[in-house]
Amino acid sequence: MKRADDFETRRQHLANLTDEQLKERFWQLAEKIVDPLLELGYKNTTPAIERSVLLRMGFSSLEVKPIVEGVINKGLMKYGAGNVVWRLSKKLNVSIREAGMALAEGKHWDEVSQLF
Amino acid sequence: MALDINKKLDLNELLNDLENYEPRRRGWHWREGRNEKRVIGDFEYHETSEALKSYIPLPGSRGMGYIDPQPDCVITTEIASGRFEDDIRRMRMAAWHGADHIMVIRTAGQSHIDSLLEGTTQGIGGIAVTRKQVRASRKALDMIEDEVGRPINFHSYISGVAGPDIAVMFAEEGINGAHQDPQYNVLYRNINMVRSFADACEAKKIMAWAEMLQIDGAHNANATAMKAWKVRPELMVQHAINCMFSKKVGIKPENIALSTVPPTAPPAPCMRLDLPYAVALRDFFSEYKMRAQQNTKYMESDMREATVSHTLNLMISRLTSADIQSTITPDEGRNVPWHYNNIAAISTAKQALDGMDGLREMVKIDLDGPLGKDARELKERAVLFMEEMLETGGYFNAVQDGFFIDSGYYPERNGDGIPRQIEGGIGYGWVFERAPEYFAPVSVHYGYNNVPKEFAKASDAIGGDTFEDRSKIQYIDELDETDNVNTRLKDVEKYSDSKLLKPEVEWKADGVVCTTIFLPCDERTAEFAAIKCGEKMGLEDVTVVHKQCLHPSEGTVVEIKGKVKFDINIDELVIPEKISVLSDEEIREAINEKPMFVVAATVGQDEHSVGLKETLDIKHGGIERYGIKYLYLGTSCPIEKLVDAAIETNADAILASTIITHDDVHIKNMKKLNELCIEKGIRDRIILCCGGTQVTNEIAVEAGMDAGFGRGSHGNDAASFLVKRRKELMDAH
Repeated sequence: MKRADDFETRRQHLANLTDEQLKERFWQLAEKIVDPLLELGYKNTTPAIERSVLLRMGFSSLEVKPIVEGVINKGLMKYGAGNVVWRLSKKLNVSIREAGMALAEGKHWDEVSQLF
Repeated sequence: MALDINKKLDLNELLNDLENYEPRRRGWHWREGRNEKRVIGDFEYHETSEALKSYIPLPGSRGMGYIDPQPDCVITTEIASGRFEDDIRRMRMAAWHGADHIMVIRTAGQSHIDSLLEGTTQGIGGIAVTRKQVRASRKALDMIEDEVGRPINFHSYISGVAGPDIAVMFAEEGINGAHQDPQYNVLYRNINMVRSFADACEAKKIMAWAEMLQIDGAHNANATAMKAWKVRPELMVQHAINCMFSKKVGIKPENIALSTVPPTAPPAPCMRLDLPYAVALRDFFSEYKMRAQQNTKYMESDMREATVSHTLNLMISRLTSADIQSTITPDEGRNVPWHYNNIAAISTAKQALDGMDGLREMVKIDLDGPLGKDARELKERAVLFMEEMLETGGYFNAVQDGFFIDSGYYPERNGDGIPRQIEGGIGYGWVFERAPEYFAPVSVHYGYNNVPKEFAKASDAIGGDTFEDRSKIQYIDELDETDNVNTRLKDVEKYSDSKLLKPEVEWKADGVVCTTIFLPCDERTAEFAAIKCGEKMGLEDVTVVHKQCLHPSEGTVVEIKGKVKFDINIDELVIPEKISVLSDEEIREAINEKPMFVVAATVGQDEHSVGLKETLDIKHGGIERYGIKYLYLGTSCPIEKLVDAAIETNADAILASTIITHDDVHIKNMKKLNELCIEKGIRDRIILCCGGTQVTNEIAVEAGMDAGFGRGSHGNDAASFLVKRRKELMDAH
């Protein structure tokens, strides 16, 4: 879009605001802009978020990658990759680390779909 | 492992047991003792912080007792040559000069790498930023901060499609600050915007837990825009989006910093454009911190020009405010920054900030004049920008419509912004809606999390995560057999035994030197002639790093860089023995037993007085403090007058100072002094000493003096020599 500078006409509704009111308006607008973005983060997850969860559960970056890829392939991202590892560890009655390592090595993938 | 000032940082020792190293603290550190007046040396300062334990002061401090006032704001330097093992040495040098915020840049293209990198691969103009590199650097900085006596903030970037992963690693490894701004990913890295904001929520939540200071990415708009001063309203919008977004995720406002750059530089009337912008920004964003960056947009290869622009930037910092003063090396327009240019940039900041200490108490921002009007207009333009964003349907639609980085001064639009697709870009499609059963069993998490009722908190399900139990962190050592720190150190091993030296600018023994050449010809000829000069000087890989026409036909100055082929063996150097100096007590005792009288002056047409006054005055530790009496004849003193005064007062010695070296006038003056004393028949009983910045003992003795005192000499050196020489003369007679 091309447009000439129409600041003088466009600013009419701001002209009578005090500096304080202008600042208040600025931050109200900022909040309106970011609220839907925060909502989006609240409702969704991503491979990077799930990898970060697995890292904190005690896996290395090399281990978390195949786990998250497997979770995506199985259509289980909506439950969370950490959740998958946690539920598998409960089902197999092994440690979190053992369950995750098994998944990283390509084992037990047939069972994970039945965890939910 | 404690550092010894007289020893190099031992990299092997640093890397030893790295797998078990734990960072000593989390969170950002502001300098101590701000907002207090303090007396340092002869002066009262109003905008400083606590002193360092170990430091290297500005050269000009020589006449002021070598004081090194530390400004109140944190000072940043970016160090990332590609090899962390070399960067660590530079960090130590930077800390001694006053940097307490060390930033490492991620290597080009890493923003697109999915998941963390491991090992210590070499980067180009940036390091890979792996766990091992971060841990080794943090460990080194822990030692360095003990050496200088001030905590050092370590900083990097959380961007790209592995933001949350990187944030976790940084939090675990004691990183104190990071850039995080989802808009950066969207606009400059073409990462899908939905993905970028979703990732940012988690990354920021982790940063909040680790109490990292966050810096946004708005400065990139300044660097990318065709006309940087036109995007000022948009810059405020970008800052606002990241500030508000971060605050609502949970980062405290005091840990949210704006990355703000004075957008323009001379020959533009930059103060008139940049100052209203800085004032407007500090008004709207009063709740947040200001990280004042320096302008890179208009940097060319001229280091002098860059330094002047940066000094003007520093003036804006002092006239308004800066919580963090970032620096840009003056050689960034030429190459990946060199060791000494980091120091140059830090020194520029320290020098200017010290120099403008308390300026705001004397010079006030006049909001009633054009400045206030311009600041108000900028703020209104920013508000209008956001109003139109919302009318368009919000952030995503605005980006898609090319709102950002348009070269028009908003509301003017030129239709040349950077549009990105909501359904496109890197990582598009990799966003998954959480189901009601979604669960993340970790202690820090953003958004919906269905924690099973049996657990008080999410991480109880796994018995605590790595933020609660460090022993769960998986540390990975080297993965690449050829590109790793051990092989790189082996390649330069022969320079580690300290017998062999080789010049360097970035990496150990890289051999690079830089030379300035003036050629009395046009620019094009000079460029190629300069390369030939370098080759004839024995340099390899000669390239021109800077050229400046002084006149189309009369002359050009060229700076070249090249590599030397040789090593220097320290054992083969002929280094004159450093003259031993008597102790203060020995000198005093000798003067008590037999008083001494000297005459002193700066000779020739030379008005310099600081060095000599310092050598004489009791206040600066001069010879007077040992009881030596003197007659000071001032500056530009004729040699004849000085010698006559010595005869008249029956002086034991003449102390002459000579700074100007035009046409070797300093040597001529020394010779003349010697000859005149011989002519007047006093040479065998009088001691002749000469001092000056270009004087060495060797030069002085060759010119007929008994001794010469150059840079770094103090009153005790002169007094010690005078006492020793008088004894020699007495013994001889």
